[in-house]
Amino acid sequence: MGTLRVPVTQHDHTKGPANAPVTLVEYGDYECPGCGAAYPIVNLVLRHFGPKLQFVFRHFPLTQVHPNAEPAAESAEFAGAYGRFWQMHDGIYENQDRLGPPLLFALARALELSELELRDALENETYAPKIKSDFLGGVRSGVNGTPSFFVNGHQHEGSYAFEDLVAAIEQHLHAKASL
Amino acid sequence: MSKVLPAGTVAPGFTLRATPDQNLSLSDLAGRPVVLAFYPADWSPVCSDQMALYNEVLPEFNKFDAEVLGISVDGVWCHEAFARDRRLRFPLLADFEPKGAVAKRYGAYREAEGVCERALFVIDRQGVIFWSYCSPVAVNPGADGILDALERLPKQGTSDGHITSSSHAA
Repeated sequence: MGTLRVPVTQHDHTKGPANAPVTLVEYGDYECPGCGAAYPIVNLVLRHFGPKLQFVFRHFPLTQVHPNAEPAAESAEFAGAYGRFWQMHDGIYENQDRLGPPLLFALARALELSELELRDALENETYAPKIKSDFLGGVRSGVNGTPSFFVNGHQHEGSYAFEDLVAAIEQHLHAKASL
Repeated sequence: MSKVLPAGTVAPGFTLRATPDQNLSLSDLAGRPVVLAFYPADWSPVCSDQMALYNEVLPEFNKFDAEVLGISVDGVWCHEAFARDRRLRFPLLADFEPKGAVAKRYGAYREAEGVCERALFVIDRQGVIFWSYCSPVAVNPGADGILDALERLPKQGTSDGHITSSSHAA
């Protein structure tokens, strides 16, 4: 399986300490039902490991089958430019069943972001290059669909069930501890 | 798993239906790199992800002037419905009659199930297999192997690196 070819940098959206012993990277699509199902599980995994785990989300929208995935990703990046990436990210996944332009603008409003600016950013595809760059990095790392996870740079071959993700992360924690 | 044709083999030529009224021959694409993606069936979940992925990566393949062709034993009308449903922007070829004949020549046919393997070939501008890979049938092989191979391809081609018309039909 694949290896993460694009290292985690300050350009990434991260949760948890940068010096955590384990980093979990997800390649996700906001309209993908599997990613929607993985969303609360990832949150449980983050709570389970606390400061021992850093989480990174990168975009991997399948735009031809998921027409809302790209605007959703661009909206998250727009919010990110104002320091509210994770709020937008959470808002999208928590309301995935009604994902569409009205939801994206409602979330922007709720986060006190300018709807006009969001509209311009979507129209001008301001954040499209960042999303493209995430996507291509994922492709080159062997991402073949979503959600795809990497644990300390190794592609996670198991499912995204809580137990599977925890087991994979623990393996890397133990490997670090025994060094 | 079948033994797929290895790198260095001349890619067997073929002419298959690409649409209900159009054929496509490998020789039509002479002078350009070709990505052949054999897959078991339209509509099955893994292949759908695989074809959806290639659809998204198409602009990258195009940077190498490469043509991507999906091949399965499904018929043209099935391919047409599948391609329309998934908005695929590259041809799907029907290895339908005689069933699997092209897949067999590439070593990419599963006799027991009567479907193609999930096998990938990158064919260079001279029509020689440059890279091949057979994935476990339930595993989407992704696009990284294809892009790595295209990157390693020697860059020479025709004078402008382009074939402008399909005047090389078999």
